[in-house]
Amino acid sequence: MIMETLTVKQKQYLEQPKERISGSEAVVRCLLAEGVDVLYGYPGGAIMPVYDELYKYQDKIHHVLTRHEQGATHSAQGYARISGKVGVAMATSGPGATNLITGIADAQIDSTPIVCITGQVASHLLGSDAFQETDIVGISTPVTKWNHQVTKASEIPEVIAKAFYIAKSGRPGPVLIDITKDAQFEEFDFQYKKCTGVRSYIPVPKTDESSLKAAAELINNAKKPMIVWGQGIILSKAEEELKTVMEKAGIPSAWTIMGASAIPTSHLLNIGMVGMHGNYAPNVLTNECDVLIAIGMRFDDRVTGKLDEYATQAKVIHFEIDPAEIDKNVKTDVAVLGDAKATLTKLLPLLKSNSHSDWLQKFKNLYAIEFEKVIKNDLHPTKEGLTMGEVLNEINYQSKGEAAIVSDVGQHQMIACRYAEFNVSKSNITSGGLGTMGFALPAAIGAKMAAPEREVVAIIGDGGYQMTIQELGTIFQTKVPVKIVVLNNEFLGMVRQWQQLFFDKRYASTEMTNPDFVAIAKGYYVDAKRVTKREELGSAIEEMMKSEDAYFLEVCVEKEDNVFPMVPSGASVSDIRLE
Amino acid sequence: MEKEINQYTVSVYTENNIGLLNRISAIFQRRHINIESINSSASEIVGVTRWTILVNMTEVNIKKIIGQIEKQVEVIKAYYHTDEETIYQESCLFKVKSDLLFEERQIQNIIKESNARIVTVNKEFFVLEKSGRRNEIELLHRELSAFGIMQFVRSGRIAVTKDEMKITEMLAAFNN
Repeated sequence: MIMETLTVKQKQYLEQPKERISGSEAVVRCLLAEGVDVLYGYPGGAIMPVYDELYKYQDKIHHVLTRHEQGATHSAQGYARISGKVGVAMATSGPGATNLITGIADAQIDSTPIVCITGQVASHLLGSDAFQETDIVGISTPVTKWNHQVTKASEIPEVIAKAFYIAKSGRPGPVLIDITKDAQFEEFDFQYKKCTGVRSYIPVPKTDESSLKAAAELINNAKKPMIVWGQGIILSKAEEELKTVMEKAGIPSAWTIMGASAIPTSHLLNIGMVGMHGNYAPNVLTNECDVLIAIGMRFDDRVTGKLDEYATQAKVIHFEIDPAEIDKNVKTDVAVLGDAKATLTKLLPLLKSNSHSDWLQKFKNLYAIEFEKVIKNDLHPTKEGLTMGEVLNEINYQSKGEAAIVSDVGQHQMIACRYAEFNVSKSNITSGGLGTMGFALPAAIGAKMAAPEREVVAIIGDGGYQMTIQELGTIFQTKVPVKIVVLNNEFLGMVRQWQQLFFDKRYASTEMTNPDFVAIAKGYYVDAKRVTKREELGSAIEEMMKSEDAYFLEVCVEKEDNVFPMVPSGASVSDIRLE
Repeated sequence: MEKEINQYTVSVYTENNIGLLNRISAIFQRRHINIESINSSASEIVGVTRWTILVNMTEVNIKKIIGQIEKQVEVIKAYYHTDEETIYQESCLFKVKSDLLFEERQIQNIIKESNARIVTVNKEFFVLEKSGRRNEIELLHRELSAFGIMQFVRSGRIAVTKDEMKITEMLAAFNN
């Protein structure tokens, strides 16, 4: 009776041969079915049955033991960010699960597709304050795209399929699946079917053709158009489409920190980074353009500065996949919903060929001012102390712009994002929205493992490095040849900079008395070197780049350098300071 | 105009899943918005839950909130409406000593005039049910207070909209 009402596909599915396996084996089989070849995690009581299966399947799936669960999430993020695939992290219940939260929150705000699987106490113990019980579904709710608790083995295939589908579709994000220990032990008839849709979820909204026409008309009539693209370009794999649009319409184009590397640094229409420590020209001219075309970005406060004085003269067009971002921070004149690759493809034929050479010249003129006042001194300093900028300059030179740069959070991050040269997309891996210190070292592990053919250089400050320094153990044990550069100014540099500028140099708890970083790296059997003089820098970086194994380089830089330009907190983008 | 705070009824159609209350209430909590009342019930569609949430805020912000609610994977659709755009009611129960019903003539008049309904009567107490607008319920509460109320409870607002919701069409579109 029931069979008659089913579709052909459903019938085929039901008629598939079933196997009787445990929930924990099903977890591993589901991961394999989703194409997972590596996952990052840390075992513990409530997830042990799954680890037992990972042991049996170790020739097919590589589990990397991180030294802390936070490291597992950041590694999964690094893996996802460089490859565009879903990263996977695993942890036990209680403290294992809560340690994932920082990475999950980071993935949520930076739209990174990761799936986290946590063990949970047996279902009959739920709510009894059992050993290592914590309400991880409750805790992770505000920082996940979706989460779910599984208490029956039979739910596992469908829930994991849904987890991967939700994590990577539409605007990506983190998903957490919590599986009780009894569900891991329970046997059931296993079948796996990939998820192709969830009825309450529209990953990509429909594009209104009239919005595309309206956008094209604004762009075609603009005298001073400016594009600001974000990570949406990278997530949608729309780099070529963006480049074609930029070139056809002759539009100077800037990027947010998350959009970095989508278009090569050397491209003539690439006018640099917007935001608090972005480039001078795109910040100043945001308040002079007549049409602002935002693509796959979300007008973060670090991008806009004072909202009331942000591009008020401009018509704003917003290409965006997430309808909740429209008018959230900046009121748009035309919203083009949809996936950037598709909408830019449709936009292209509607655009007239153009070149805005006088307008582009304005950006070049302001760049010349920034170069004279800031960039020259950062990249080619004449003072004695080493600058963070010259380290980046040397890395650019030796990597020929081919390296993926994984940065942590703070001054070195701003310097890395400002000065790193990128020829290839997905090369700038950093914690943008959440600003998670400790992100870079574990993220670099994931990035290098997902793209072993690429040079992966982690640029980290002395503060953030010590937040996840234990991942050196993962690097050593797993033999991940990442290059680690710590720019050591013996300060929490960005906070110190703010204290200098806005708190009358009261350096409250920002000075760091650091350990011997080289000795620590060597303790983990990682080759290491310390550089304190300019003449040593080139050869040290050369040695690092040539190394086939992991390598640690500490560069002792000027203690009290500041990052400029800077849009002071609460100021308008056009009030950006050069000194 | 944009900064004017109004009362809005938020209607949310969702899957009937554990944890959604948390997910939806967190959207308000994170923005420091107090939920005046919240009601979860079945809807006109089998298996679909309908939430009715009453909040006071600006229209600019309620639009953003609706966007954030709709963004949740298990939310099918969310709407906001002003009082004028909905037909809305609240319901309440009063537990009152039974002697009063027989000894105080005025109570009988109050019940009659307020269109309240006696749900049950026994030796100790009787229970009065009243559905209506908030002011009607508050009036009845004030009138009965003079005699003493043993227990009082009022439900959250429930509301249907004058406009169509078209949820069934949306779900049908997914199945095809």
